[in-house]
Amino acid sequence: MAFTEAVGRTAIDQFAYVGQLARLTWRAAVAVVTGPRQGAGLRYRRALHQAMAVGVEAIPIISLITFFVGVILALQSAHELKRFGAMEFVPNAVALSLTRELGPLMTAIIVIGRSGSAFAAEIGTMKVSEEIDALETMALDPVQFLVAPKLVAMLIMMPCLTMWSDFMGIAGGAVFGILGAGFTISSYFRATLDALLKEDIITGLIKAFMFGMVITAVGCQEGLMTGLGSEQVGRSTTTAVVKSIFVVILVDLGFTALFYFTSPN
Amino acid sequence: MTPTPETQTQDRGSAISVRNLRVSYGEREILHGISFDVLPGETLVILGGSGSGKSTLLRTLVGLERPTSGEIWLGGKNMATITPKELDDLRKTIGMSFQGSALFGSMTVGENVSLPLKEHSPLDDSTIEIMVRLKLDQVGLAGYENYMPAQLSGGMKKRAAVARAMSMDPQILFFDEPSAGLDPIIAAGIDELILKLKKAFGMTCVVVTHELASAFLIGDRMILLDRGVIVANGTKDEIQVSQQPRVRQFLDRIPEPELKDELSYLQMLIGDDATARK
Ligand SMILES: Nc1ncnc2c1ncn2[C@@H]1O[C@H](COP(=O)(O)OP(=O)(O)OP(=O)(O)O)[C@@H](O)[C@H]1O
Ligand SMILES: [Mg+2]
Repeated sequence: MAFTEAVGRTAIDQFAYVGQLARLTWRAAVAVVTGPRQGAGLRYRRALHQAMAVGVEAIPIISLITFFVGVILALQSAHELKRFGAMEFVPNAVALSLTRELGPLMTAIIVIGRSGSAFAAEIGTMKVSEEIDALETMALDPVQFLVAPKLVAMLIMMPCLTMWSDFMGIAGGAVFGILGAGFTISSYFRATLDALLKEDIITGLIKAFMFGMVITAVGCQEGLMTGLGSEQVGRSTTTAVVKSIFVVILVDLGFTALFYFTSPN
Repeated sequence: MTPTPETQTQDRGSAISVRNLRVSYGEREILHGISFDVLPGETLVILGGSGSGKSTLLRTLVGLERPTSGEIWLGGKNMATITPKELDDLRKTIGMSFQGSALFGSMTVGENVSLPLKEHSPLDDSTIEIMVRLKLDQVGLAGYENYMPAQLSGGMKKRAAVARAMSMDPQILFFDEPSAGLDPIIAAGIDELILKLKKAFGMTCVVVTHELASAFLIGDRMILLDRGVIVANGTKDEIQVSQQPRVRQFLDRIPEPELKDELSYLQMLIGDDATARK
């Protein structure tokens, strides 16, 4: 009884949390669409600032990591494919696993580490120092002021970064393909293009979009739920990272299953 | 700026009416049913020991904490039943300076002060810039527009927070210990500023303070809060001559009576149980 009760309570808590995330995202989305004309320029600038921080500044590290992931993927698949004498399928393996899965996922994990945590820390610090309260007494909605620009930036930047990750990963795969599997640059890229379907890229980008939503929601929600005291900010930040990764994986699982069962072939 | 227009829903045309206000954090009740009025254009000083609930009261007045029961009438609206839209409109007519300044750390001082104007007023940027300079000048921070809050001293932060609270030319200003931790000259400057605002714009001010001298200088009326109840409420002169023991203790700076000996101290720690058994 105690055990089932605990399980039940935990399950209810989790549902409540998902509800909070959905509510926050909804409020932010509404704020984006219905924000008053006044201060629209300011909000645009804040979104742009966030887009720089979330997207542009992440490009170097994302490039490096996904490039190496591409090399690793090529090596791993070559290891198997060699046994069947099917080395010409290395570009297929690399391209498919990147665009459908690892591109969005690796990007999401890097963005969680850089930006999801920063969202939680920024909003948490503002909560602790009564800055959120100050916003409210100025008749400024914290969700519109803080969460909405982040959501806009994330929803635009996650798919962009993911496309870039796909490209860098494929470039990494190509390096191995050319040096270790007898491809030329043009033959490797031709093979890649032949292997890729439009759906592969689009499913990856849909995932990236969803991940962007989840990362913003969890980061901001954890920030807003920060308790009293500055050590709570650290706790919120850690929680935001762990929960974001977990939720991103869950969403990934859901969408991958969805795509699997709905794809025609 | 004109004083708050008299409203029918409030007693005697008060700017603020509080009736039987109870506020709790979780299980713990902090304010135990308090009532008072603030008249338009007057400065009410809230005195009280540390932890007596002054900040809580102020936060409740501006709608940051929800009362568990009771009424707060402000600008003709009851805070208990106010809609979010009405609350937003109301908040554009009030200013609040927080105990811990609460300046936005990611913005410069100038941006902090101009934010409400940029968000809520139709003024163009150059007008706003002039207004910001004016407000900062009023609190003695001229030329600090481009400083970050982290680059200011504690006292300067306080003053910047006051400038930000005033930026929309509010009808009611709330100050949570505006001069705590400031040197006497700057503190006197803040007092001067509050007096000036009252005289020039007929602003209604609610000021929480520990400084007795400042309280008697700026206050028209005072309430003394003690552990969540109002023990005295009157004009400055009434409070000055009050014979109420808690008031005298506060005004004459008499410390809490010391416990007589170690035994009674221990008994206090253990609780009444042990005393009863003896
Ligand atoms: N967010 C909160 N959660 C729980 N309890 C709180 C919270 N804020 C304040 N309290 C409690 O409420 C009581 C009153 O606090 P408040 O900050 O209103 O006191 P104060 O009169 O402003 O004191 P001070 O003069 O030291 O600023 C304190 O006992 C405090 O422990
Ligand atoms: Mg206080």
